[in-house]
Amino acid sequence: MDINLVYMVLFLAGIIGFAALNAAYLVWVERKGAARIQRRTGPSEVGFAGLLQPLADGAKLMSKQILFPDGIDKPLFMLAPMFAMIPAVMILVTIPFGPVGFGPFADFMLVAREMNIGLLMIFAFASVNVMALLLGGWSSKNKYAVISAARAVSQDIAYEIPMILIAITIVMTTGSMHLSTIVESQAGGFWNWNWLPLQGNLFGPVTFIIFFICSLAETNRAPFDLGEAESELIAGFHTEYSSMGFGLFFMGEYANIVIGAALTTILFLGGWLSPLPASIPFIGAPSVVWFLLKMYLLIWTVVLIRWTYPRVTLWSLLNLAWKIMIPFALVNLLGSAALIKILPMLGL
Amino acid sequence: MSSQALSQNQEVFELNLGPQHPATHGVLRVKLVMDGEYVVDAEPVLGYIHRMHELMGENRTWAQYLPNMGRLDYLSALSYNLGYVELVEKMMGIEVPERAEYIRVLTTELNRISSHLLWFGAFVLDLGGFTPLLYAFDDREQILDLLESVTGSRLTYCYYRFGGLYNDVDDDFLTGCTQFLKRLRSRMPMYHDLVTGNVILRQRLVDVGPISAEMCRRYGATGPVLRGSGVNYDVRKNEPYSIYPELDFDVPVYNECDSMARYMVRMDEIEQSMRIIEQCIAQMPQGDIMAPKVPKMIKPEVGDYYHAVEAARGTFGIRTVSDGKNQAYRMKLRAPTFCNLSLFQEASKGMLLADALAFMGSLDLVIPEIDR
Repeated sequence: MDINLVYMVLFLAGIIGFAALNAAYLVWVERKGAARIQRRTGPSEVGFAGLLQPLADGAKLMSKQILFPDGIDKPLFMLAPMFAMIPAVMILVTIPFGPVGFGPFADFMLVAREMNIGLLMIFAFASVNVMALLLGGWSSKNKYAVISAARAVSQDIAYEIPMILIAITIVMTTGSMHLSTIVESQAGGFWNWNWLPLQGNLFGPVTFIIFFICSLAETNRAPFDLGEAESELIAGFHTEYSSMGFGLFFMGEYANIVIGAALTTILFLGGWLSPLPASIPFIGAPSVVWFLLKMYLLIWTVVLIRWTYPRVTLWSLLNLAWKIMIPFALVNLLGSAALIKILPMLGL
Repeated sequence: MSSQALSQNQEVFELNLGPQHPATHGVLRVKLVMDGEYVVDAEPVLGYIHRMHELMGENRTWAQYLPNMGRLDYLSALSYNLGYVELVEKMMGIEVPERAEYIRVLTTELNRISSHLLWFGAFVLDLGGFTPLLYAFDDREQILDLLESVTGSRLTYCYYRFGGLYNDVDDDFLTGCTQFLKRLRSRMPMYHDLVTGNVILRQRLVDVGPISAEMCRRYGATGPVLRGSGVNYDVRKNEPYSIYPELDFDVPVYNECDSMARYMVRMDEIEQSMRIIEQCIAQMPQGDIMAPKVPKMIKPEVGDYYHAVEAARGTFGIRTVSDGKNQAYRMKLRAPTFCNLSLFQEASKGMLLADALAFMGSLDLVIPEIDR
């Protein structure tokens, strides 16, 4: 692969911009969505319909003083927020958003740097994210933060396992860890996507839901936001953070939501493929628009869930992962392995 | 307890919950000894909002003390008003006109609904569900508007007078009440569908925070906490006052003893209060709202008096000793949540932190009433 420096720099800037823009405007979407659900107006003062609110929030955060409480582990304290944001950006680099789909650059792939082992790399960096919570909680010298860090670590470890097991199933049916290949293998209409068992993923819809739930738990989103359960642990691991330290945790969380939704889209919902066969003109064409549509639909579901459900407790959360999801994912893995052998015999 | 636990070489740590903490809804402080996520010991520390209401009662005339009643439990202030004016009427032998009694019961029950609605929202907020709070506040707002139109205030009411009321209600208020009941009736099924039936909520509440009837007896817990433990005790039924004997309502009792039982008791009490209000509106007689001869200077005879009413959170009792002067010799307020909180230390042992806080929410604490 030849490396074009200008191309790389442009794409990296684009990815960072995309992450920051998403983080900022998903907050706006979340606040507006919550307001809608709760019959309020939400942000409405800054700009039209409060559209400039994220900028105002950002400016406010940046102008705040960074406070270092007494007795903290200062290097780790400063390192933790970076661990929250940097892996998120790194993951976004490998995610293919699909071809533009229309206009003069219809076949131009929107991806910064795709890899053969893209999926592995994503999970590797996703695991680094837990370091941010652990270090942030540990170095704060705050008991609430430590409890929160312990919760977050046990939660992330528990949910990474079923998530990876299900991803392995998809890798098995596709025969590749290359994200573009995974998407292309689902071509031919929504019935060929991995959320249905036609491609060999035995309990397709269930695995899709489990994967989605795991991505919620991985990103510490409600109803699995035990790490920052405000009625128990105040603000959890970022209790002692102010200014952009807090801002980075916040942006990292939203960037992770984007990643979770993007990954679910790629693995289960056919990425940038149209739900209709490619033989239908225009609507059937693969396009980044489809990708974003599916991704933001998932993100909107995440927002809806947060403002609808109360929080689970730690034990029921871990029970769900270890006693239900992991055994189920294992069974699905074995079943899918069998199905992959059976399907060609049936001529499918 | 903490030193004992430490001496057993357990790895425990102390966690200071409050006085500023989102879950305590006020300035309650709880010193927790934790073993990881489990509560080993929880010691409530009170006094952060102590205002000496009992001593104030001994330094003010009987009439001057009346506004203090709205500031104890500011969420169901009218029950406290009612308890106090009925005590003074009992001491002085004042007969209250029937219309005034009906209006008193009507407004008190409205206030009870508003208090339970706020609890409902705040409780689900404790469990991490944010949205029901705003819906409950929306309904509660209607009650506050209604009560504002007759009492003149929205929270710390001082509406009742010795011998009657300060202001008569008009037809607008009564139609407003009827409309509100219609609205709330249409919304209760929604609350039950979306909140009571929620899987996660049931998981958090069922079999969590068991309080036996025996424990309630030892700590003197009353109100929904007691009725959620299977004891059918309601001052309105057991020691009736005002016109409650003439009204037809049930006392919801649940035998499960857990947080869910206390939740259900309060939700059912909202329904029962709506029934009471409907009957009050239907049976409301015409007539005066003040007793004809109320003495200007209240000077009760020497003696020891007690009167209790059923407030939203339990039995509110006032015991007072009069030495025949225009001030009380001794004023003792029995606040229900003080007793309800006192069982927290024993009942929360061995709970998860999240469950302990959900359990605390199910006790429906109002801190200014605990501290008085």
